Amino acid sequence: MKYSYYPGCTSHSTAIEYIEASLAVLQALGIELQELPDWSCCGAASAHNLSSTLALGLSAFNIAEAEKLGADLVIPCAGCFNNLARADYALRHDEQKRRELEELLGFTYSGKVAMLSVVDLIADPRWREQIKALVKKPLQGLKVVCYYGCAVVRPAEITGVDDVENPRRLDELMIALGAEVIDWSCKVDCCGGDLGLTHPDKATVLVNGIVDYAVAAGADCLVTSCALCQANVDIRQQRLPIMYFTELMAEAFQVGDRARWWKKHFNDPAGLF
Amino acid sequence: MGEVTELKGQQPACQTDDGAGATCACAAAGGLEDLYSVPVDRRVMVIGGGICGITAAIDLGNADYRVVMVERLPSVGGRMLQLSETFPTLDCAQCTLTPRTVESGQHPHVTLKTCCEVVGLSGEPGNFRVRVRQNKTYVDWSKCTGCGTCIQKCPTKSYALFERDAGRMTAIYTLSPQAVPNKPVIDADRCRYLTKGKCGVCAKVCPVDAIDYEQQESYFEVEVGAIIVATGFDVYDWKTKMPELGGGRLPDVIDGLTFERYLSASGPTAGRMVRPSDGVEPKEIVFIQCAGSRNPELHKSYCSKVCCMYTAKHARLYKHKVHDGQVYIFYIDIRSTGKGYEQFIQQSVSEEGIIYLRGRAAKVFQEGKKIMVQGADTLTGKKIEIAADLVVVAAALVPNEGAEELAEILGLTCNKDGFFVEEDYKLSPVDSGSRGIFIAGCCQGIKDIADTVAQGSAAASKAQVFLSTIRRQKKQAV
Repeated sequence: MKYSYYPGCTSHSTAIEYIEASLAVLQALGIELQELPDWSCCGAASAHNLSSTLALGLSAFNIAEAEKLGADLVIPCAGCFNNLARADYALRHDEQKRRELEELLGFTYSGKVAMLSVVDLIADPRWREQIKALVKKPLQGLKVVCYYGCAVVRPAEITGVDDVENPRRLDELMIALGAEVIDWSCKVDCCGGDLGLTHPDKATVLVNGIVDYAVAAGADCLVTSCALCQANVDIRQQRLPIMYFTELMAEAFQVGDRARWWKKHFNDPAGLF
Repeated sequence: MGEVTELKGQQPACQTDDGAGATCACAAAGGLEDLYSVPVDRRVMVIGGGICGITAAIDLGNADYRVVMVERLPSVGGRMLQLSETFPTLDCAQCTLTPRTVESGQHPHVTLKTCCEVVGLSGEPGNFRVRVRQNKTYVDWSKCTGCGTCIQKCPTKSYALFERDAGRMTAIYTLSPQAVPNKPVIDADRCRYLTKGKCGVCAKVCPVDAIDYEQQESYFEVEVGAIIVATGFDVYDWKTKMPELGGGRLPDVIDGLTFERYLSASGPTAGRMVRPSDGVEPKEIVFIQCAGSRNPELHKSYCSKVCCMYTAKHARLYKHKVHDGQVYIFYIDIRSTGKGYEQFIQQSVSEEGIIYLRGRAAKVFQEGKKIMVQGADTLTGKKIEIAADLVVVAAALVPNEGAEELAEILGLTCNKDGFFVEEDYKLSPVDSGSRGIFIAGCCQGIKDIADTVAQGSAAASKAQVFLSTIRRQKKQAV
């Protein structure tokens, strides 16, 4: 099974461990990725503040690259995924925008390439049995709460999330690994990631709220698929390790350089395993 | 115009499920003698036995028309049967409704056909042929005396739609102690005998041998001149559509209709105010209005009209039961446009100490034994968090289940929300646009009991006008 792959800037910076874990897990599942040869910035959190054309254009450029490869595009970073999915939605549903972007980038949109987060890709039930088969060390006794944040969730028509208020895909994956998933009430709350630099005091309040509830629920760690959530929630508290879901999968599969990843965390997760 | 169809004394055609057999084994097709004692242009079918249909049927019956009332549930009374007290007078719904249900049951010119559904229509305005399915009751009503022994002895007690989340019901049941007709039916999905083949207690205790587990559904046809459709409303599926309210996952978040069952003296708690999870009396209640209403992006764009008033009523009835309880109501704005309604709201605030918070509740979740409600008070601009014992959601009201299918059968039009479309909203509000078929009550648009009853009478009157026009045309044609 072959997919094209958009790494995004976090894969080279704050979320190296997420990308490495994701690649290790996908490799274990036999999913082959081909990196876009000439990928650019997705527009991140800044482009759309300046110009909607710039924001959509940057993402559309990468969609055009993926269309050249002709394989569905896997985007591990939640922020990148949201931007690219947003651009794809505009190309698909907004005739005028599509023509504008096609002219800007000199390409013809075919709409044949789907935008997929890693969760979209492997939470699909068809992978479930294979995932269970790959588990060498079940995460027995590990109590987790799954935290989805916003970027892979909203708006629903763009992200294709299973349930905006109560998403369950990460939960199902964690159950497949043998972890004990605890239902809690902050699955889709805002972590204040975008306020991290401008209003860190507000972000801290939001992060503490989330961690309070996770601790009260009895969680050993919080599981996310968003690099910004991970960084933001990890650095602002000392109570709970914040794990990428693919790190836990890699732990269960016993693949990848996990000891090195754990060192990238502010709250060391090594004690969990 | 064609000749007068003379059907006096004639029995309607009756067929079993497979379409064979001219003789009628079901009790359903019987009892239409009174209906057929007059020509077709003096007969009306009322679909839906709620307060609207009952009103129309009694009006028509009193005007010497013959009425057959088709109701899907085992007894008439409709949604009002589930209510505790009604606004703005706070009089008991049962006490005001029961005389009407009894009258509809005893009226010499009104024939009740409960557990029945309309499945087909042919003929023409003034001379319709309506095909009706008699659903299985598993009780031979021609034998049943309504003694209630079977209900007392039934060992199954489980969730029943009528009691919503407020309580459980036996598998053989009547909808209320004053049910009309007062004959029980068996819920096949919950009955131990019908699901597992073991039990049969009701059949053993029935003194007249009326229990019939083998009963089949049957069909019959009725010829009427006009039809009044009054199929009512249901509650929006907020539990699955609004997960932010914790619907279905948090037992202590319930909807308004469920709260009615708690308040109702004939409800499962006999009017005792308790909460579902642990049966403890709630001391702090949060009401959330406009849940699913006035939300064009995600849910229903329309205002469900009655929620402002019934929420105020709920709050007051709760305060009457729990004197030291505290009530908070999240609202967008208060719509109290009926006679005496605004005064009712004012009294709720000034005399009962109910706190209104202008804003939408954003999130509802469990924390220990409390239900946390987070929202914004848009008047102070502050974020609020209330730790409540019980949350009552004033969910949007929607057309009753099956309304669209019925529209297809009868040739009616539904709007995008599924309400039947009237010929002209202002000038012909109960004409359906199909001649001879009238619409009334909440199936046309959500309205309170007073407006519903007014439309029931209006539809009865318009049906008479229509049928007298038919008679005049026939006379002229002769």
